[in-house]
Order: sequence, then structure tokens, then C-alpha cells
Amino acid sequence: MSEKRILTAAEQPEAGAALKKSLEMTKADVVFEVRESNMRGRGGAGFPTGVKWNLAGAASGANKMVICNADEGEPGTFKDKLLLEKYASKLLEGMTIGGYAIGSSQGIIYLRAEYPYLVPGIMKVREELISKNFLGEGILGTDFSFDVEIRMGAGAYVCGEETSLIESLEGKRGEPRNKPPFPVNSGYLSRPTIVNNVETFVSVPYIILNGSEWYQDLGIGSCTGTKLFSISGDVENPGVYEFQMGSTIGELLEVAGVKDVQAVQVGGASGTTISAGELDRKLSFEDLPPGGSVIVFNSSRNMMDVLENFLEFFVHESCGQCAPCREGNVRLLDTARAIRGGKITSREELKPFFMLAEVMKLGSKCGLGQTSPNCFVDIITKFIDFPDGKGGM
Amino acid sequence: MPNVSVTINGVTTSVREGVTILDSCKTAGVEIPTLCYHPDLSLAGNCRMCLVEVEGWKTLAIACVTPVTPNMVINTHSKKVRHARRTVLKLLLAAHNVNCPECERNKNCELQELAEKHNITFNEYQTSPKPSSIEEVSPGIMRDNSRCIMCTRCVRTCEELQSVAVIRPVGRSASVNISTFMDLGLNNVPCTQCGQCINRCPTGALFETSEIRQVWEAIEDPEKFVVVQTAPAIRVGIAEALGLPTDRTTGKMVAAIRGLGFDRVLDTDFTADLTIIEEGHELISRLKKVLVDGDTDTALPMTTSCSPGWIKFIEHKYPDLLPNVSSCKSPQQMFGALSKTYLAGKEGVDPSKVICVSIMPCTAKKYEKERPEMRDSGYKDVDYVLTTRELASMIQEAGIDFDNLHDEKYDRWMGDSTGAAVIFGATGGVMEAALRTAYEIVTGQEIPFEGLNIIPVRGMEGIKDAAITMPDKMASGFEFLAGVTLKVAVVHGLANTRKLMDKVRAGEVDYHFIEIMACPGGCLGGGGQPIPTNPTVRKKRSDAIYEEDAVLHFRKSHANPEIQLLYAEFLKEPLGHKSHELLHTHYTKRD
Repeated sequence: MSEKRILTAAEQPEAGAALKKSLEMTKADVVFEVRESNMRGRGGAGFPTGVKWNLAGAASGANKMVICNADEGEPGTFKDKLLLEKYASKLLEGMTIGGYAIGSSQGIIYLRAEYPYLVPGIMKVREELISKNFLGEGILGTDFSFDVEIRMGAGAYVCGEETSLIESLEGKRGEPRNKPPFPVNSGYLSRPTIVNNVETFVSVPYIILNGSEWYQDLGIGSCTGTKLFSISGDVENPGVYEFQMGSTIGELLEVAGVKDVQAVQVGGASGTTISAGELDRKLSFEDLPPGGSVIVFNSSRNMMDVLENFLEFFVHESCGQCAPCREGNVRLLDTARAIRGGKITSREELKPFFMLAEVMKLGSKCGLGQTSPNCFVDIITKFIDFPDGKGGM
Repeated sequence: MPNVSVTINGVTTSVREGVTILDSCKTAGVEIPTLCYHPDLSLAGNCRMCLVEVEGWKTLAIACVTPVTPNMVINTHSKKVRHARRTVLKLLLAAHNVNCPECERNKNCELQELAEKHNITFNEYQTSPKPSSIEEVSPGIMRDNSRCIMCTRCVRTCEELQSVAVIRPVGRSASVNISTFMDLGLNNVPCTQCGQCINRCPTGALFETSEIRQVWEAIEDPEKFVVVQTAPAIRVGIAEALGLPTDRTTGKMVAAIRGLGFDRVLDTDFTADLTIIEEGHELISRLKKVLVDGDTDTALPMTTSCSPGWIKFIEHKYPDLLPNVSSCKSPQQMFGALSKTYLAGKEGVDPSKVICVSIMPCTAKKYEKERPEMRDSGYKDVDYVLTTRELASMIQEAGIDFDNLHDEKYDRWMGDSTGAAVIFGATGGVMEAALRTAYEIVTGQEIPFEGLNIIPVRGMEGIKDAAITMPDKMASGFEFLAGVTLKVAVVHGLANTRKLMDKVRAGEVDYHFIEIMACPGGCLGGGGQPIPTNPTVRKKRSDAIYEEDAVLHFRKSHANPEIQLLYAEFLKEPLGHKSHELLHTHYTKRD
């Protein structure tokens, strides 16, 4: 596998071409094409996009909604920012195709609070698309209408979780909902709703134009397509890179220019911490779930600094609704500090906290609490030595 | 929904598709611990106590929210589940001010009970003990957030059952807490002081502002003449509060209260009967003004005014409809005013020495007695209000063996009661009592319901209504009502009240008289009643109330001999000069 630029290619297909093709297809065929492509959501959870669209399309309920999750908040992730800055036309086209596919005329971009400067650019693209009749009333002479508005987030990490995002859009406190019902049946204002990541929507026009078979040929196994990675940390050329799914971490680091590796954080603070010995692991939902972020730490970094930093982030960002996440993150942070302060000196003393991490993964209400203990388990297991052995259980 | 087959702990059973795992397990006799779950409220799923393992799932499922699906395989006490539950419980305990002996809810606390059941003797997640943080003092309700476990049952109660919504989670992560708008405190937001949040709190984070100490001091002061009044709903709540089966225990209750050392044990039922006479005449007078005089300033429908939670609610939310509220004070406040005038005279004591204590199923009554309007006797009409729970606590402290007491009777002058007064404790009771009396006043005949039981206004439905057509032959002076169909409605719980009041405001309903109780079930479900509360508990209390009505000798307010004496010797006539001075009032708009 290798670097492969499609979404970020210099040569871009003409704006509206995929939309035009979609409108010549039936809604079912559009959904079918996306489903056959096997594309999985680019936000991190990896739910198959076509399945989501199919469910929303089949759901009963008026005023269906297309929501773009542009609340890019995972530490170390800045790939959606690039897409919103340079490829907003493809994003809006992807959302419009999504609207056509599920039978919706209303789209919302939920934009990260820190990205307000992107609004004028996106709105300008929207105006252009409306002037070309790619957006707005009676698109391309059909009876399909679709428009997009931007709503700003307020800075809470948890609102990247789709049901919290919906609560926030409804003007409520950003907290995850219980599922079921799933948003495809009852989302924004109880309407059938699809919530997809920026990159997911941007990928859609390419799938429509080139077909699902073409897309399937990219990537590895059931992990199809290309994927953007924000590479940062101890690298010579930090930035956004586009690779085929299934590429190894080593391949990425080579392109970005990395010489000294102690650890790599894949998928943001809530992702996986790998050691220098794991660089041949593949970026795929089966091996290393690829969020949007790859952070490199060289051998000068104290991994306990890294851990404390991540846990401080989660303690700050837990919404406080469910007990395991609210109380758990605080105690994991306390434990990390106790290790650094020399108050915990053995694996044995850590046992209850590994149990806690496991319960948080199994019992938290949303992805935040289910993944925040990853860094604790990974870093202590892989990087910390105790007299009675490595930190892991 | 069709039935589906599910396997719970290895046993395959058939349940209705779509019911929750929690309910299916309950049906199968498998108990699952819960904290944020409450049968009166929507599902929150935030405490994570009810985690269970579902075969094929990556994470554990919460039983309270998750519906069963065909062939679901559920395990409720696998190693994974046990570890998860113990960990969650320890986390909740670690964040809780575990100081059980000094807590109002000691031995009646869901968290404590779960800790005991799970044999939590050591908590590795406990850091430094959490200090008490009593945040605010309002007349009826106090909060100690150090005991809060963030289950949000109070928040959902306030919003869903009462449509008041003055408390919300504020902040996030471990510093999240339940607070009022801008941290102003319950006393400075449109809280109705109904106390329904207290009844649904699983721990001791919410409790009444206690006046036990002041009451003991009054009893122990030889200078004071301490009279006590007991609200209708106490007699079906006190046994429950003492851990005994729900039953009507009026005689034992009187004996126990007398045993505490009060100088006179009297009955709010007496002034409930009085309320019926005054309010009944007020209704007839309003009807006459509208139907005969064509007076457009007289507001109909008239609503009741006994429930102080409802009064505060209308003052905040529907101030434009205040003219619709009956001018009658609540029975508690009528009692207070009379205790320092009529009763003091009868007993020959200096009214300045009279201390009036009421036992109420209610926290809003603590607020009501502080209102500036409630001083018409020349003194504070009611000095102290105890909830049913506080009374139980005093009985226990005094070492009174409640269950083995012999029945005793109330003292005289303001101790007689009728079945009509007793049913004030249940939703629909005031309406039924009012109809029994008002119908008889205007027609000269008993209301034509078998056994005087006006079934259409009884029961737990949120909004009930009934229509009663007057006969052609009326009593002298009331001919204007001949053939008129009197339309009445009964509502309980403030969310239901809001629905009905919106219709009243919009002119979409044409009722003449509406009974409104702030609390679900009426006073029997009041914020001062025993904890827990749920539909089953309220049904039992309601049954006990209607049993008491059925066995009482007098069942109509106007038949109460002491009420007849009160009018003959003191008030002279309903809505008369003395009544207006002592028994009626008006309310004010609040922001």
C-alpha cells in the first residue's frame, strides 16, 4: 500500500459531475453504490456509510436530515480542516448526494467552535453551487431541492459523538443519548438523520463517479478507499497525507520523514499507542483503527508526560453524564500521577485501575468513556517498567 | 408486539418484543440493580448500575433502556457483569459523601442498600472523603450536593412531572453538579417547593428544611400552648414512614402525637371541611354573578387553592389567571388563623402563647406558612410545619411503639372530621367533597351518586373531568341553577396542570370548577410523604384514604358538628365578615 491522492489530488473532477450522475440514478441505486463501495465512516467509529444511508432512507418520518460532523476535536487531527478549507465544494456535493439518497432537503454542517474563520469560505462555495443550480431549489431541473446551513459548536469534545452533536444542535446540553433509537430513525428533532464525517461526504462524489468496484480496489480487504491522516509530533514534514487503507504506520512515517520513534499515537488521544516495534501494523479497522491523527513521539519524550496530558484532556472533556467516564477518568489521572510521584510502584497496586479501565470500556455510555482508557492501558503496558514486570496485567 | 424468546441466565423464556431487558428480567424473577431508573420518569441510562452482558455485544448493555430482540441471550451476573457493577458502585460511592449516620436518608437510601447487597467493605477508588456542601436553604427544600450521584431523577421529576424545570446539570466531568439558573438557589428561581425531587432522590442529596428542633423546643416550653394539626394524607402515610404496611392508622397516629407532648391534637380535616363550605359558597356566588348578573369581571373556571405548590406555580407561570383562583386559604392556613383566634378563645389561652404546628405531606406548606399574607390572626398563623417523615422521626426518637398503640381520638373544637375532608388527600377528593356539599346546598338533596361516591373524579388519570346537570327543582334562592350542567375538571401534577391551564387560557375549555393538586396523586403523593414513591405506593395510599371515607360517620363537610358550632358561635355565615378577615386571601404575580 502506498500514498495515493484522490480526495487531495491536484486534478479534481468537475464540480457537480457526481451530483449530476446521481440525479440520473435512482435513490436506491445511489445508496447501493455507496454500500457496495464498503466505505466505512471516516470519523473514527467506522460504521459502513451505505448501511447508515439505507436505514435512514427506509426510515419513516418527514423532514429527514443530513448532518455533517465537522466538529473535528480529536487531539492531533486537522485533516477535516484541510477539506473544509480547500474541498468544500466536494463536501457540499457529497451532502447533496446524501440528501438525494435518503430523501432529505436539509443539511447542516456542525462546525467546530475553533473553526469560525472557515465559515466565509464554505458559504462562498455554497453561493457558487447555488448559482450553478447544484444546490438550492429544483437542483439541475429536477424536483429535488437541498440546502446546507452551518451551525457552530461550542467547544465540547463530546459533541463529536453523533447523538451529543444532535443534542447540541437542538440547543441542549451536549450529552450522548441512549441508543436505540438510533439517529437514522430518530435523530435531530426526532427526524430520521444521517450524521457523517467531513471526509466521508467528500469521498462520496468519487465513489459515484468512478463506481464502487473502483473504490473497493483501493485499500485492503473490507477496509476500502483512501484515508487522510494528520501527522504531527516529532516528524520532519508534519501535515495531512492521503494513503490507501491498509498502509502500515511505517510507510506513513517514512513519507513524513521520521527518524527516531519511541511511540506513535494512532487515532488521537482516544486511539492506540504503539511502540517502535509495531510499525508494520496496518491502518485498518481490523488492526489499527485509523481515526484522523498520527502523533509521533521520539525517544526524548517521557511517555508518562504524554499519558498525563491525554488524561487531563479526558477529565476536562467528559460530559459528566455517566458514572464510569465521569468518575473513571479522574481516577486514571490520579493513578498516572501517583505512578510519577512514586506512590504506586508495582503492577499489583495497579490491578484495580486496569479493572477500572476495562469497566470504562465496557460500561460507558458513549465512545468517549469507552476509548479514553486506551492510552492508560497502552502506555503503562508498553512503556512503563515496574520491579515486578511491565505495567500490563 | 409479538412475543419473542430470550434466554436469561441460561433459562429461555418468552417475553413481549420491545420490552426492556430490565422488565423482562423482572418478569423472570431476576433482579437487576438500578439507581437512575424510576418508574415515574423517562429513561436516563446514566448510572450504569444495570449493566448486563448480551451475547455478541462488544460492550455491556444497560438493562433499563435496551429492548429485547428475538433470541437475545442475556447474562445478568457473569464475571464481567459482576466486576463492572461493583466497579461502578465503588465509583459512585467514592464520589459520594459517605457519612450515613448523619444523613436524613440513613437506612432508606438506594445507594446504601446497593452497597450492602454488593458487600462493599473496601473501596480502592476512594480518595479523600467528600465534605458536606449544603448549598442553600429554601423554606421547604435543602440540597447537599456532596451526596448527589448525578442520577438526574430530580431533574427529570422537575421537568417531566412538574414542567417546572428549575434544576439542571451544570459543568462537566467530575465537577458536574445539579444547579439552578446562575446558581441562584431554589429560593430565587420559580421552584414551587413541591418536593417531588426529594421523593425521587435515591440518596440524601435532597431533603426537607427540618423544623423538628423548633417543635421539640416549643413542646418543652411550659409557657407555650402547642396545638398540632394533621393533614388528611398523614393518616395513610405515617405507618409507611415508620416502616409498617400502608394502612389508615388515624387512631394510633393521634395517640403517638399526643404521646410526644402536644397540648392539643387537632385535625386539618376540620378546616378541610371548612374550606368546602367557604369554597362551595364562593363557587355558587361566582356562578350567580356570571349566570344571573352577567358580570364579566368574575372569573370562571374557579380553581382550588389548597395546594401551595400550585399557588406558587400559577404566580410564576399564569399570573394572568390569578383571578380564577379561589380566595379561600388552604386548610392549613385556615386552621392556623382559627387556632389563634377561635380556639384560643374556646380554650381560654392567650393567643400569643399558642404555637400552631402542622403535620403535612408537603414541603410547599413550609413555604406557604412563611407567606406575608398568612398573618391574619395577628400572629404568624402557622408556626412550624413538619412533614410525615419528620413526624415519624420524632415518634422514633421518643421511643413510641406505634404499632402497639391503642386508638385515641382528636381533641375538641377543631378535631371533628368527615369523610369529605379525608379524601382531600387524594386527587379528586376536594372536588368530590365540594360536590357533595354544593349540590346539597343548591338542590336541597344529596348528590345522586351511589353511596356518595363520585367515581368519575377518582383515580390516577392525569386530567379527569365530569359534568353534573342540576335538576329542575332547586332549593330556594338557587333557582338560577335549574337545569344547568356543571362542568368540572380534576388535575394533579404540574405538567398535567400546565396542559389544562394552557387550554383555560386559550378559552378552549368551559369548565366551571377545577381542582388542582401540584403533586402526582394529590397530597398522598406529596413531597413530604414517605420515600419511595411510585404508582403502586400511591395506589395503596389512595385505597386507604377512600376506605377511611367509607367508614366515617359523617361524609359531608356541612354535616361536621364542630363546623356547625364554629359558624353558630364565631363565623356566623359562609363568606361573612369574619371569614373574609381570617379565611380568605389573594395572591401575587411573581417573575
